[in-house]
Amino acid sequence: MSGASDIASCGGSLPVQREHGQRQVFCGLAGIVWLHRKIQDAFFLVVGSRTCAHLLQSAAGVMIFAEPRFGTAILGDRDLAGLADCNEELDRVVTELLARRPDIGTLFLVASCPSEVIKLDLDNAAARLAREQQGRVRVLAYSGSGLDTTFTQGEDTCLSALVPELPEADAGGEALLVLGTLPDVVEDQFRRLFEALGIPALHFLPPRRGSELPPVGPGTRLLAAQPFVGGTAAALVDRGATLLEAPYPFGIEGTRAWLGAAAAAFGIAAARVDEVTAPAVARAERGLERYRAQLAGKRISFLPDSQLEIPLARFLQHECGMTLVEVGVPYLDRRMMGAELDWLPSDVRLTEGQDLERQLDRLRADRPDLTVCGLGLANPLEAEGLTTKWSIELVFSPVHGFDQAADLAELFVRPLNRRERLAF
Amino acid sequence: MGAIRIAASMQDVHCVLHAPQGDSYADLLFTMIARSAKRPPVTYTSFQARDMGADTAELVRKTLRETVDRFQPQALLVGEACTGELLQDQPAALAQGMGFDCPVVPLELPAFTRKEQWGASETFHQLVRTLLRGQPPRARDPAAEGRRPRANLLGATALGFRCRDDIAEVTKLLDGAGVDVNLSAPAGASPEDLRRIPEADFNICLYPEIAQSTCAWLERMFKQPWVKTVPIGVGATRDFLREVGEVAGIDTSAAIAAGRTRLPWFSRSVDSTYLTGKRVFIFGDASHVIAAARIATEELGFEVVGLGSYSREFARELRTAAERYGVEALISDDYLEVESAVLELAPELVLGTQMERHIAKRAGIPCAVISSPVHVQDFPARYAPQMGFEGANVIFDTWVHPLMMGLEEHLITMFREDEEFHDEAVASHLGSGRVSSSSAETAARPAATAEPTMSADDMGAEAALVWESEAERELKKIPFFVRGKARRNTERFAAERGVARITVETLYDAKAYFGR
Repeated sequence: MSGASDIASCGGSLPVQREHGQRQVFCGLAGIVWLHRKIQDAFFLVVGSRTCAHLLQSAAGVMIFAEPRFGTAILGDRDLAGLADCNEELDRVVTELLARRPDIGTLFLVASCPSEVIKLDLDNAAARLAREQQGRVRVLAYSGSGLDTTFTQGEDTCLSALVPELPEADAGGEALLVLGTLPDVVEDQFRRLFEALGIPALHFLPPRRGSELPPVGPGTRLLAAQPFVGGTAAALVDRGATLLEAPYPFGIEGTRAWLGAAAAAFGIAAARVDEVTAPAVARAERGLERYRAQLAGKRISFLPDSQLEIPLARFLQHECGMTLVEVGVPYLDRRMMGAELDWLPSDVRLTEGQDLERQLDRLRADRPDLTVCGLGLANPLEAEGLTTKWSIELVFSPVHGFDQAADLAELFVRPLNRRERLAF
Repeated sequence: MGAIRIAASMQDVHCVLHAPQGDSYADLLFTMIARSAKRPPVTYTSFQARDMGADTAELVRKTLRETVDRFQPQALLVGEACTGELLQDQPAALAQGMGFDCPVVPLELPAFTRKEQWGASETFHQLVRTLLRGQPPRARDPAAEGRRPRANLLGATALGFRCRDDIAEVTKLLDGAGVDVNLSAPAGASPEDLRRIPEADFNICLYPEIAQSTCAWLERMFKQPWVKTVPIGVGATRDFLREVGEVAGIDTSAAIAAGRTRLPWFSRSVDSTYLTGKRVFIFGDASHVIAAARIATEELGFEVVGLGSYSREFARELRTAAERYGVEALISDDYLEVESAVLELAPELVLGTQMERHIAKRAGIPCAVISSPVHVQDFPARYAPQMGFEGANVIFDTWVHPLMMGLEEHLITMFREDEEFHDEAVASHLGSGRVSSSSAETAARPAATAEPTMSADDMGAEAALVWESEAERELKKIPFFVRGKARRNTERFAAERGVARITVETLYDAKAYFGR
């Protein structure tokens, strides 16, 4: 199993090499870091081990909050012995927490590797606790376990848990639902653009508050802003929504096509899209120009990490003139990546999954000008003389849309620029 | 995590952990926080849900085989992360059955009950036991062999606090006393080096959290005595050299006399008068906390108002130390508990880990870091040991720097309304930001009493307290950095006496009562 790889054909076009082996990637618990900032009245309670607590506290670098809206209910030896005790203990922790924090409107019980392995049923626990709270607090469960989720996939499982809670949209109510966490500033930019285009009704999932869940129904047109929300998209389609096929709003082309797909779904003419977006496109062109010259012709490799690899690679190749050496993704969701894959060059080396040591062997042989990788690998690769860009910044920074296109390019320019400046 | 710290500290050791994807986050603590240029030598099986239906034991075997082929370690540590433990694949037993050339050290670390330091200590102990198996104890007599006494420095690890520089400083210190260092472990040692442990005449347990059990075992098995004093602070460094002398059978008094440290004089100099009785709260690993409490009281003239540690294994030592300062030791790994202790005690200085640094920052209390876990800035580029005489110099600077300087404290009364010194100015060394008129003051007070209207948490006698406006104005005349304490003391004084309205008189009565 470990080390195996095979070539599979993807949708009849791009071949993808599948790898199994050691992975260097966060588990889905990491999603809590941005989800708890986005949904202001939600609390995330991880039911896990000390390792889970340690990940959240130190690796995520979020120790700065006194009493943040996330925590870990630590499973001890006693809990492993009997599920009954475990449930009792969880009820106690939750009751105490909710009594102490009246500001919490939605509580997520987040499953971890150990809770999954001992088969602790958090869905049941959530239902039980919700009943006890008598509607005062919504209690939901999802998995952030490394057994089921990699890094950004934790957002997908979280949002999937919200889908059954969404109210039914009024019959005939046509609305656009934008799916995937965006920084508030970017969300507001998109809101202005969609309103200018004349989109009749607009909602975002996740909402800024758990109490403001968007409606869903047959009139819902679903537009994914992030490539890692495939499970949620499928659940929304089950509730009647129509998923719009579009690339992701990275760079000018991606954003233009993404807005265009939404406009088309509401019968808005392409000319109107050009008209509305023209000022922002012109601004973005000016901003991007400066960085293109510095990126053009440079070779880049992506190690599998955030699921953003494919759209970012497309942006850097198409709009910035970079050469793609290898694009690695943790998993390939063809339904969510269709439009993006069409834009990738046909000879790109696309890999799915990871076998870390072999991947590093290839990387050392390739010696690209820039390597996009996780924090655990960045310094050791720099020490080997490779220039790196930490992928986590691409998840946490506002990088979507026209007005961030230049910022996105700059994130890749900076490490190259730094290398050039330093005398050693 | 503890096992990874040992593997990452050493050369030619590799660790295989049966762990799900996601657990590899541990790597970044080494590569980012300690700026390690090498990945820690750890391979994870990275099992996923779909593997669990199949044969995870085969995944373990395959990972082991590939790891040994690729890295050719001199010793292989094999264990499970918390979830791996639940699968009961027994990877260590599998590894032992695979006929590798290198010794396999099984790690039996119950991740659900014990913590990182214990895991590191146990891993080191197991590794040493495995590598020394079968070696007979030997007779040693440096004088007869015509050589200087030799010592092992045990306990330094990756991610430990200032270990790199402590080893250099202690090596220098010992050299001055006429003792050679045989080896330092785990940091920097290979399994080959560990086999040479019995060549030393004695061991020095520099970091008891990591090395105490190993030192005790070596004493039993190889008749190696060990030095127990941790040389942090001037007094402790002198005690350490004395103990080295006793254990090695040499006279170290010349080395003690030759010790160059500025701490004693700096501490006696008049500028340091303002340090007198500064109320300090100390939290960290047991050895650093116990050492810090001694320095704080005996060498800087502070008052220890609270101390505690996350090192449960050393609770007894901590309680004994705490008793000496008339406080109760807080043994906890719940940072919220530590935070409420800090807020309640309202110390003037916090000495702690990265977590206490955040707590102190939020509370507006000066802080210095004295123990792991630490952040990237506590792996400094410069030489900054904690141990030995140079370590004492470093400690004086590091602890005193966050406090207001003596001269500054004088001037602030004199120039209170000046641009630089008015109430809303932040102390110059704390950055150029301005704080709102109340935050400097409220920050130094317990959060619960921060607002004039008391919160529900605080519905005691104090809830009824009212400050007359004249008393409020008088309070403002007190320099802001002691105002919080004055307010607190006055309120406590009033509450204890059932005084509901605080007048100017109450304020001065309280001042007289509490002194200083």
